[in-house]
Amino acid sequence: MSSKKVVLRFGADLADQPIIYKLVKDYDLVINILKANVNPQKEGTLVMDISGKNIEQGIEYLRQLGVRVQSLTEEIIQNGEKCVSCGACTDICPSGALYMDRPDMLVRFNSDRCVVCHLCVKACPMKAMEVRF
Amino acid sequence: MAVEKTYQEINERIKKGQAVVVTAEELITMVKEKGVTRVTSEVDVVTTGTFGPMCSSGAFLNFGHSKPRIKMHKVWLNDVAAYTGIAAVDAFIGATEVPEDDPLNTVHPGEFRYGGGHVIQDLVARKKIRLKATGYGTDCYPRREIETEITIDDINEAILFNPRNAYQNYNCAVNLSSRTIYTYLGMLKANLGNAHYSTSGQLSPLLKDPMFKTIGVGTRIFLGGGIGYVVWNGTQHFPGVSQDNQGQNFGHSGGTLSVLGDLKQMSPRWLVGTSMLGYGATLTVGIGIPIPLLNEEICRYAAAGDDELYAPIIDYSDAFPNLIPANLGYVSYAELKSGKITVNGKEVPTAPVSSYPRAREIAGTLKQWIQKGDFLLGEPVQLLPNADAGIKANTLKG
Repeated sequence: MSSKKVVLRFGADLADQPIIYKLVKDYDLVINILKANVNPQKEGTLVMDISGKNIEQGIEYLRQLGVRVQSLTEEIIQNGEKCVSCGACTDICPSGALYMDRPDMLVRFNSDRCVVCHLCVKACPMKAMEVRF
Repeated sequence: MAVEKTYQEINERIKKGQAVVVTAEELITMVKEKGVTRVTSEVDVVTTGTFGPMCSSGAFLNFGHSKPRIKMHKVWLNDVAAYTGIAAVDAFIGATEVPEDDPLNTVHPGEFRYGGGHVIQDLVARKKIRLKATGYGTDCYPRREIETEITIDDINEAILFNPRNAYQNYNCAVNLSSRTIYTYLGMLKANLGNAHYSTSGQLSPLLKDPMFKTIGVGTRIFLGGGIGYVVWNGTQHFPGVSQDNQGQNFGHSGGTLSVLGDLKQMSPRWLVGTSMLGYGATLTVGIGIPIPLLNEEICRYAAAGDDELYAPIIDYSDAFPNLIPANLGYVSYAELKSGKITVNGKEVPTAPVSSYPRAREIAGTLKQWIQKGDFLLGEPVQLLPNADAGIKANTLKG
């Protein structure tokens, strides 16, 4: 089953509507919401991982409603030169993408689990977690 | 008869390439298998290591004289101010200094991306550093300003001098409040969301010689990838014994070291500029200390494992900032390293801010240096005050 990470941007007119429900019910898509935010102007941003047979139809439905859909091209990388395996990021990471490999206590990064929340980029004392576009 | 060895005997064996050297981790296993008596007679030196953020680090630099001469009154290295109130072209760059235009915590939490610790790492990495200085002009030092580039090789001396490093033990920090807090032990999530600690436990130098039986003024050490020395006790040296509310002892804590060495022979791998979100800039320092097994008592202390060494759990939302002498109990390094502990009945994920793999690498490197005969033990000319000295911390009034 194919899978895709996308960023959705909703205008204020759409932010209160059950659009994701429609994607699940009408298009039979599996949705994993990675990050969601509504700003004070009631515009919404949502980052999600979608999988299912009807991804393209689902995205077309979103576009027709006026939702802007972009592929998630931003990714987080662990700079192996800078990382000293201190571990300060591992309990901050909400998805478990950064974890300690025990008993050696080495910090590992599983980018498949990363939800690009940027918390590690800020929290890393060595600035070893970097954003790549 | 009980084993008694001297520094001279051990150094003779090191020179002949006959010394038996093990890391603190290896010693723990050996003592479990063979017992203290046999291991004390078999092993000469135990190596330790730690690699964590250590404020109270810095470097004395002598830039050399310009033509015409300047008496530097203010000096900046990559826009980070260094203290020059000591002599015309000498300065001390402190690890926690930040550039004057740093937004600090104006937008909380500030990032502190570059500071004195980063200048020290760039210096030791042999990068070019922008030097700017101003002077008020004197008859013998007429010049009033200079802007130039230096590298560590262009200047006369670069001496790493860290007034307080290698804390014997440290707090396990938690956050009881309902908001995220940003501390020198990293980001602490609300409502006991996580717990951070910062020593290498069973590899940590001063936890392995807790009564300062071997570490003193003149002890030769691994410092920042080069060779350095213990030159005094560190500031805030309170080498007491931790007790819980019931009076139960949880081991030695609070000793610190003042260390010094030639920055020119050190390495950016072992002196790393560090940014603590919302707190400030600092320097992560690598230190390794050899402990000679002069007798069984020293061996017994050095063989303490993570399950026998404890850290106090401290709330950094209230108790720490307000200097309230309370803790939430003690937890062993074995538990801390497992990835979760229980505090107030809640399971809390743990993470270190000091690197255990790097601490292990330091202990291993120091072991190799001694085995190869490149590194002799420095016999202390004076041992440091220990828990028996009864030193108490002063509180600043006001």
